[in-house]
Amino acid sequence: MQIIIVGCGKVGTALTAQLCNEQHNITVIDSDSAVVNAISTTYDVLGITGNGSSYNTLIEADIEQTDILIAVTTSDEMNLLCCVIAKKAGNCKTIARVRNPVFNQELDFIRKELAISLIINPELAASVEIARLLRFPNAIEIDTFAKGRVEILSFKVPENSALAGLALWELSSRFRCDMLVCAVERAGELLIPSGNYTIEEGDMLSMIATPQNANNFFKHIGIHTNQVKTVMIIGGGGITYYLTQQLLAMGMSVKIIEKNKERCEELSDLFPRATIIHGDGSDSNVLFEEQIEDSDAFVTLTDIDEENIMLSLFAMDKVRTKVVTKVNRVNFSAVIHSLNLDSVIYPKHITAELILSYVRATQNSIGSNVETLYKIMDEKVEALEFIIQPTLRIINTPLRQLQLKENLLVACINRKGRIIIPGGDDCFMIGDTVIVVTTVSGLQDINDILKDR
Amino acid sequence: MNYSMIVYILGWVLNIEGLFLIPPCIVALIYGEKSGSAYLITMVVCLSLGLLVTRKKPHNTSFFSREGFTSVSLSWIVLSIFGAMPFVISGEIPHFSDALFETISGFTTTGASVLSDVEALSHCSLFWRSFTHWIGGMGVLVFILAVLPLRGGTRVYLMRAESPGPSVSKLVPKLKSTAMILYGIYVTITVLEVIFLLVGGMPLFDALTISFGTAGTGGFAIKNDSMAGYSTYLQGVVTVFMILCGINFNAYFFIISRRFKNAFRMEEVRAYLLIILASIAVIAFNIRDMFPSIFQTVHQAAFQVGSIITTTGYATTDFNIWPEMSKTILIALMFVGACAGSTGGGIKVSRLVILVKTIKKEILGIIHPRSIKKIKMDGHPIEHEVMRSTNVFFIAYMMIFAASVLLLCINEFDFTTNFTAVAATLNNIGPGMELVGPTHNFSIYRGLPKYVLMADMLIGRLEIFPVLVLLSYRTWKR
Repeated sequence: MQIIIVGCGKVGTALTAQLCNEQHNITVIDSDSAVVNAISTTYDVLGITGNGSSYNTLIEADIEQTDILIAVTTSDEMNLLCCVIAKKAGNCKTIARVRNPVFNQELDFIRKELAISLIINPELAASVEIARLLRFPNAIEIDTFAKGRVEILSFKVPENSALAGLALWELSSRFRCDMLVCAVERAGELLIPSGNYTIEEGDMLSMIATPQNANNFFKHIGIHTNQVKTVMIIGGGGITYYLTQQLLAMGMSVKIIEKNKERCEELSDLFPRATIIHGDGSDSNVLFEEQIEDSDAFVTLTDIDEENIMLSLFAMDKVRTKVVTKVNRVNFSAVIHSLNLDSVIYPKHITAELILSYVRATQNSIGSNVETLYKIMDEKVEALEFIIQPTLRIINTPLRQLQLKENLLVACINRKGRIIIPGGDDCFMIGDTVIVVTTVSGLQDINDILKDR
Repeated sequence: MNYSMIVYILGWVLNIEGLFLIPPCIVALIYGEKSGSAYLITMVVCLSLGLLVTRKKPHNTSFFSREGFTSVSLSWIVLSIFGAMPFVISGEIPHFSDALFETISGFTTTGASVLSDVEALSHCSLFWRSFTHWIGGMGVLVFILAVLPLRGGTRVYLMRAESPGPSVSKLVPKLKSTAMILYGIYVTITVLEVIFLLVGGMPLFDALTISFGTAGTGGFAIKNDSMAGYSTYLQGVVTVFMILCGINFNAYFFIISRRFKNAFRMEEVRAYLLIILASIAVIAFNIRDMFPSIFQTVHQAAFQVGSIITTTGYATTDFNIWPEMSKTILIALMFVGACAGSTGGGIKVSRLVILVKTIKKEILGIIHPRSIKKIKMDGHPIEHEVMRSTNVFFIAYMMIFAASVLLLCINEFDFTTNFTAVAATLNNIGPGMELVGPTHNFSIYRGLPKYVLMADMLIGRLEIFPVLVLLSYRTWKR
């Protein structure tokens, strides 16, 4: 695909490296000619020095033939402007990085009105990732769909589990929650199971559910999710803000240690339910005084990488469940990995990964009606999101009457934000988004889920 | 230094050379010539050596600037050594140093020959001589870039080392596609010329070899009198195509992709065409008494100017007997050279444009000491780095030139001969003046001067620095 990347900072460079590896045609734009030179001598890309929001520069970068423009400069407004101009000049898909929390409330509006395909807030994305780690500290793989309203969770059925020996159709009623097992891996073999499939110990299950139901389900079946209950956060920056929001919503108790008095007051104003401590998080006395031993999780989110790493090393043997370290610089990940820190979060990586997965999904969906495509279970199973268009033949037909392909499952219907895990009596309606899980690859259209006649 | 990766690339160079040796074999088959076996042997040697080395990709694929520069200059040396083998094996050029001179002259698109009787060569050798021009014109590494699956960084470093001109310019984001487009344009120009020559009644063999020499701006002719024996129409066609091949290929890409404004805006191309027109006018006026008609005068002037400025080196007449003024202009044109990003050699018009603009800036800086001026080309500011490297290139070029002339003096030939011999090889032109003029050849040079001229040809084609990097001890130091 033809891709333009505006802004060659850390994220821009990481994206260039990865997308270049995936054989895309990349043009990079940056106003600093030294940066452009450096990147275009290291990678096989076309470098243009100029302002990425200028029409002429974009024309020079051949915007008319471009599929995706990614704006990751340091300025939010610049990124948005780039996307708007690119959209008008070349009608391509656009991705913008927007950091300022002021815009956060208005992202949906901005996205819709400015016709931007994807807006990424790195701090929000990092906080979502951290929250996920704290929610299921055990190894459970999660993919989110329908803007986070649905999740596909993959987990191994442990020994002596209540699940073993049950047929799939029994699950929902037995545990009284709406969920659907959509893929099973047993002894290396992958299949899309029917209702009569009996679960055994050691099976790898993939199930689709809303986050709420997923939590309930794990509680019911007695899989110890080790959910964290008390969290200590060092540093009160942007990620802390978003993270606290989510953790409080999940009912965890949050303690934030922040140096800056004014910021403490702001935070306490924003989150009355959180405990805000004004103090130096790198002072061990402060940490002991605030009972670091009694916290389940310890998250270091200061601006200084070294401080985060040192603090986490200090906290490793004191905290009960989880230590999360934020590291900004991506260059030394190998060294940091060798330190055996529990979990390390690279916000820049996360941003790059999100953009990459969007680019990959776009590439997969070129020429098809697939909205998004995810690969789950070690990329062996595809989960595809379709939008139901008014022209579809099978609208309003109950699912049980449809002759679906083998190894294919309609896993979820999103009807105006309401999540339906479909049974045989449900049917597609205009405007629904539908998630189909299948081992058959190459589906182009929702009609392709039907058996060939 | 990652030797295994350099060897791997050299292996590919041999593979490609092996493939390029197929056409002369076919020619030998058609004409039933025994010397074809020499080409077959060389081909087998190249392919077996190449395939042996490229059988496995090295584990360590790290490849940086120094690896890029060294492998490019080594590639050209390897290419020339193996390319010389058929001449020696077939006995048509018995001395290896002569054969090497001829092959280097071919690959670097110089066209300087050590043969006094070209017509004595077999058809397949004539074909191979001209074909080396065609291969060398666009660059073997560019060809490898187009076909070989290499990692992004590797490509960039190779391209930077081989492509002529002050800065690397890509047409499209991917080097692979850029290389393919360049070769596409190159093949198209060649085919067009062949067609035009065939229409003029030239035999197919002549049309092919002449076109290879023109497109690569080489200059090996298959007749002893170079191009003088062909009709005015054929000479005219060659004139036009020589000048076309000296134009920056980016211009053609802009035209193909319908960005006419960009093509028209290229200052380098405009300066190039202007220099050509002015030179033709002055020379035609200067030689007006030597030819019967105005048309003939302009035609002869145009052919010689086109041949020299594009560094091709064909000749339709012995310009050695022209008046001094015309000769001086022609020698000046030798240094100017063609456009960057073309198949021609020389200093390159774009470098001269940049140098002239730096001088203007310097003068402005003296008159208004506090003035700040960005030098622009094609509407884009030229980066300081490019200006600096252009200046250094020019200095290095002049020093190498002076050193070569000094080294050549041991032969005790007259100054014009030595001076133009170096100018003709360092700028990849071919014929010089006096004893190395269009009716003579380079066989007068023996021993050290011959190797100096060979080195000059390589230095000129690779634009100095790859060869200097190869010779620098720091490159090889651990």
